[in-house]
Amino acid sequence: MTTTTTSVGAPTAPSGTEAWDEERAARKDTREGWLFCAPYLVLFVVFVIFPAVWGLWISLHRYDFTLPNKPFIGLENYTSLIDGSSPWASVFWESLRNTLLFSVLSVPLLLVLPLAIAMVLNQKFAGRNLFRAVYFAPYVLGVAVIAVLWRYLLDTNVGLLNYYLGRNIPWLTDVPEAWVSIVGVTVWWTLGFNCAIYLAALQGVPRSLYEAAAMDGANRWQEFRNVTLPGIRSVLVFIVSTTIISSMNMFGQSYLMTAGGPGNETRTAIMQISDTGLRQFDSGMGSAMSMIFMFFLLIISGSVFWLTNRDSDEKPKKKSKARATA
Amino acid sequence: MAAPTHRRRLIVRVAVTFVLMLGSAGCASADLSTGTGPPVEGSGDAGPPVTIQYWNGFTGGDGPYMRAMVDEFNQTHQNITVESNTLGWTDFYQRIVAAVHAGQGPDVAAMQLDNLATQAARSVIVPMEGAITEMGFTAEDFPQTLVEATEFNGHLWGVPLDSHTIASYANIDLLAKAGVTEQASSGTAFESELGALQGAGVATPFWMPNQWPAHLMFLSLLWQNGGEPYSADGLTATYNSPEGVEALTWMVDQVKQGVSPTGVAKDSQYLAFKNGENAVTWDGIWQINDLKDTAPNLNWSLAPIPTVFGTPAAWANSHQLVMLSQRSPDPTAQQASKTFIKWMIEHSQDWAGAGMIPAYNAARDSTEFESMPQSALAAEVENFHYMPSVPGIGDVNAQTLELAVSEAILGRLTPQAALDQQAARADAILASNAEKFATNQG
Repeated sequence: MTTTTTSVGAPTAPSGTEAWDEERAARKDTREGWLFCAPYLVLFVVFVIFPAVWGLWISLHRYDFTLPNKPFIGLENYTSLIDGSSPWASVFWESLRNTLLFSVLSVPLLLVLPLAIAMVLNQKFAGRNLFRAVYFAPYVLGVAVIAVLWRYLLDTNVGLLNYYLGRNIPWLTDVPEAWVSIVGVTVWWTLGFNCAIYLAALQGVPRSLYEAAAMDGANRWQEFRNVTLPGIRSVLVFIVSTTIISSMNMFGQSYLMTAGGPGNETRTAIMQISDTGLRQFDSGMGSAMSMIFMFFLLIISGSVFWLTNRDSDEKPKKKSKARATA
Repeated sequence: MAAPTHRRRLIVRVAVTFVLMLGSAGCASADLSTGTGPPVEGSGDAGPPVTIQYWNGFTGGDGPYMRAMVDEFNQTHQNITVESNTLGWTDFYQRIVAAVHAGQGPDVAAMQLDNLATQAARSVIVPMEGAITEMGFTAEDFPQTLVEATEFNGHLWGVPLDSHTIASYANIDLLAKAGVTEQASSGTAFESELGALQGAGVATPFWMPNQWPAHLMFLSLLWQNGGEPYSADGLTATYNSPEGVEALTWMVDQVKQGVSPTGVAKDSQYLAFKNGENAVTWDGIWQINDLKDTAPNLNWSLAPIPTVFGTPAAWANSHQLVMLSQRSPDPTAQQASKTFIKWMIEHSQDWAGAGMIPAYNAARDSTEFESMPQSALAAEVENFHYMPSVPGIGDVNAQTLELAVSEAILGRLTPQAALDQQAARADAILASNAEKFATNQG
């Protein structure tokens, strides 16, 4: 707020603008704020709010945009998914279960492993920068590249991995092996991103705190528990939320590596939704699936926020007070 | 006091905009014209200069041949320019459907036969029988089974450019080692061929894929066995018939008897063939150019798949040249489109280089075609079976039949259980498709 007003008329009469500002604050006049937000808000409404509301509307129809007849059917798309009378019901719920399974398997690994690696990379040793680059490298590759690469490496009969192991493990054609492969590849692929963010956060923890902890006689675990973790707390919350959401949105790895197989065992929710909505043009059913999926995502993200914000209620209050005085 | 009323007015304005947007979006698929325009006069190249759009999905080894043909057409036709747009089959139909309904569709496209009924039901393509007559073609110019397969709802929806089928590729060197000079043509001969190969040190000579092209193998065997995948009215899946179970059991037995390793992943059977790890593989003839390019030292032969059951039969599909529905049709462009399609069909012996079997009888009899590996299959053309003309059948296949074949070959379900389970789902999808497309006819 201060920066915007100074840019308008501050240089000549700072005291005058301050009074003007206070008066406007008293009237709760926020027109200027809305104006500045307008470019973003327009895009937000057109590309986020409108499609979401329209999607909800579509989900109440038997909607195929290529057909002239798009009858309103109320909640039938939802009820037929829930009571299992739709031919897509079993596949859809199976795909939701698979998505959840993938998240449960991959999120803990993607939280703990990168932190451990980041802490090692935060030490001083020769070749440190090389290792930092090495761990980040896979992340710059596209999903198509890594999927094709690993499909060759993991092939049951002609793959390099089985060749070295001297065994015929069905890495991509049976469960649970297929999940081991998909989770493993995902961790290998995206670990570098979380690692880079952790590393930045670790470098932001003041050295003096570690020195103080050392003087208090803290051991390595106590140091980690009482200095490192609180120091990277806000970043941790960010990583937890983004990792969960990106895991729930998993699509490319199983689409390209296993094609959802064996059977439908590795078919994910996004795969099923895009198949229904975009390939079969059954947009009504596809939208209903998205809405149900979004419902679960909201519950999960909501509980993450609730869990992580529970004991930090003090901070936001302080912030708003600071804003009022500014 | 001013603020709340202002806000209320704003809300009203936003709401009105919303409704307007909903309305305009809802009317997106307004009237589309489904005619092919006035007949072509003279050579078809005499009209005013015109540029037409031609969409296709030939991104593989077939791409260069299609480009060469379009280039030649452009060079020999002064007033017509064909702009070719190659999209890749994976999302070809998604895009072309959206483009046509937005009034931005091309004039001509190449589509696969098993998609014609679906695209016709979605009013993406137009009836072609009138245009075919104008081009001077008759049913006698093409294989009879293919012409019949092009029919849906009493109309012909495309002009057949080619047929493509699955065939048996064999490694000549490995066959020679096993003392086999010619690929087997019957089931028993195939069995002894595989036995001989195993005897000659090829432990697993014939790998059974669980994904593509496994379902094409299954369909071929089903037809050989006298079965049909779907009922004539397109309302019931019949691939779980005793004939179907027998066909799938034969495929599973290849794994059980050790002719194939277990759990063959996507594309490995083809990779293994290129590496000489197996000796025989069934795949689409469109792989011919890929095999030539990526395994230049491999010595291989191509033959029809053996007749394991009673009658010779093989799954096939066909690329068809179609004309698209237009929001505001341009007669000149429509005439140019017909001229282009006619020329392409009459020159389709050039298309054989892409690994396809020309549909035009005259092109199939040409000397150019006889030098192609796939000419070994030309005599089989009347044994080709195409998917029935039912809207949405491609998705039903992908969502049910392919899954059943995969589950059985991976040993997760017995052939009977896998086929029964998916046939029940297919019936439900077929019924809902029939309802969806029927209420929109006329």
